[in-house]
Amino acid sequence: MQIYLPIAEVSVNAFLLLGLGGIVGILSGMFGVGGGFLMTPLLFFIGIPPAVAVATEANQIVASSFSGVLAHLRRKTVDVKMGIVLLIGGLVGAAIGVQAFAALRAIGQVDLLVKLCYVLFLGIIGSLMFVESLNAIRRSRRATGPVTTRKKHNWIHNLPFKMKFRTSGLYISVIPPLIVGLFVGVLAAIMGVGGGFVMVPAMIYLLGMPTKVVVGTSLFQIIFVTGFTTLLHATTNYTVDMPLAVLLLVGGVVGAQIGARIGVKLKAEQLRILLAMMVLAVCGKLAFDLLVMPSELYSIAATGGHG
Amino acid sequence: MMRWILLCLVLALPALATQAQTEEVVAGLSQNSVSITANFDGSEILIFGAVKRAAPPPVDDGPLQVIITVAGPSEPVTVRRKEKRYGIWINTDAVDVDAAPSFYAIATSAGFQDVLTDVEDLRNQVSIPRAIRSVGAPMTVLDSESFTDALIRIRERKDLYQLNESAVTVAQETLFNTSVTLPANLTEGDYIARILLTRGGKVVDQYQTTIYVQKVGLERWVYTLAHEQPLIYGILSLVIAIVAGWLASAVFRYIRS
Repeated sequence: MQIYLPIAEVSVNAFLLLGLGGIVGILSGMFGVGGGFLMTPLLFFIGIPPAVAVATEANQIVASSFSGVLAHLRRKTVDVKMGIVLLIGGLVGAAIGVQAFAALRAIGQVDLLVKLCYVLFLGIIGSLMFVESLNAIRRSRRATGPVTTRKKHNWIHNLPFKMKFRTSGLYISVIPPLIVGLFVGVLAAIMGVGGGFVMVPAMIYLLGMPTKVVVGTSLFQIIFVTGFTTLLHATTNYTVDMPLAVLLLVGGVVGAQIGARIGVKLKAEQLRILLAMMVLAVCGKLAFDLLVMPSELYSIAATGGHG
Repeated sequence: MMRWILLCLVLALPALATQAQTEEVVAGLSQNSVSITANFDGSEILIFGAVKRAAPPPVDDGPLQVIITVAGPSEPVTVRRKEKRYGIWINTDAVDVDAAPSFYAIATSAGFQDVLTDVEDLRNQVSIPRAIRSVGAPMTVLDSESFTDALIRIRERKDLYQLNESAVTVAQETLFNTSVTLPANLTEGDYIARILLTRGGKVVDQYQTTIYVQKVGLERWVYTLAHEQPLIYGILSLVIAIVAGWLASAVFRYIRS
């Protein structure tokens, strides 16, 4: 069944969109990630204009994160105070990101920027996660090996403006979370992702937050940052496609619940290694496209408008 | 003074020509509006007509030929070219095209070269390259032509530019018809349909009409809201997202318990 998307101005198969939403939803439910980093490139691939894909994906992430955060709120695994600090940074970052996006689009380099961001971040995070989970699997095989503990005190703990985060059991300066939030906000606006795949490791390794509150807090922050990004894109670029978002999120929220069931059955290390491989695969594909001569060297964009 | 008289003469010439012509085109469309609904999957428009004559058809100018074009609204576009820099392919040169129709279809009754001379094409802007208006390329770009070629190539691949030679059937030098396929990825606007009668490569008469392509129903509503009330639209999108997220969570919690 074909459906004409009024903002994207293309006609696509509605079941294809539901299916894409469902598959990405299953993966996001299994791994506890937003899935934006997979969905946005997939939308490019089926012919949705990049500007519409990025803006609409932000809207869809609001739905999946909200669905996820409700579960975490019930389990009391959301550090609201930390979330708000991250959020302040995130909103500033998103505003900067949208401006950068507009400026780069004017000189025709936005595709390059988006793809380079993907290659860079997916490459780094994917490799780190892969190595880390391989080590974890090896450790669990030996079972007797000494468990390495994280260094609790580093330079981050010497910064001023300290604040108490009761849920996380932390007493640290507000500067690192503000910077992490800012950085993720920029990424969210430019890449059309929630930024969970950057924020989760940053919260664990940089801020030293306990793992159990990390996912919920990151989802809490993502809802507001992507919501804000959606509004910015809707009012400045008119690129949020509501029917597209609805189809994706119907598939997505259902898929996420199924994925969460599957995720319970797998071991954490196996899950992480699977996710790492997936991240690296997406990264490899994008890097390959940048390095190999494209079949069409030319591209068309509307002058000054969205395209 | 002399210049004014000349100018008047030049302006009056086409009028004189119209009086002198013996063949006139009368045409119709199967539909003069296309509604883009939620399940819009392209459309086909039948264009038909007849030639009205006061005298028997002239014999020495060659057979009667018909050219039918349908053009979507024109808009300025930027064509960019990738080049390998620092090991990766990035956009470097860009050429602005002042006006390129979003859709352009030509149907002719014989080979394009046979129905229209180059001079007449230049005057009436019929062929695809002529329908695109490109004025200046930056000094750094020497081969601006390859950019317009690329524009045509890319849009032809998406069926947005079509050249269908010998697609117009002409019966007894009087009746003609063709159908134009509008693809699913159509943009809104006023589409101009032109019908040109030619003999010996020269335009004898032409007729022009408009096809209104617009979104209707839900599509119209969403599009208008997004452009006229973007803030409300954005908030509405967020509300839908949050309700959907909550519903999914609630439904699955109900199933589990």
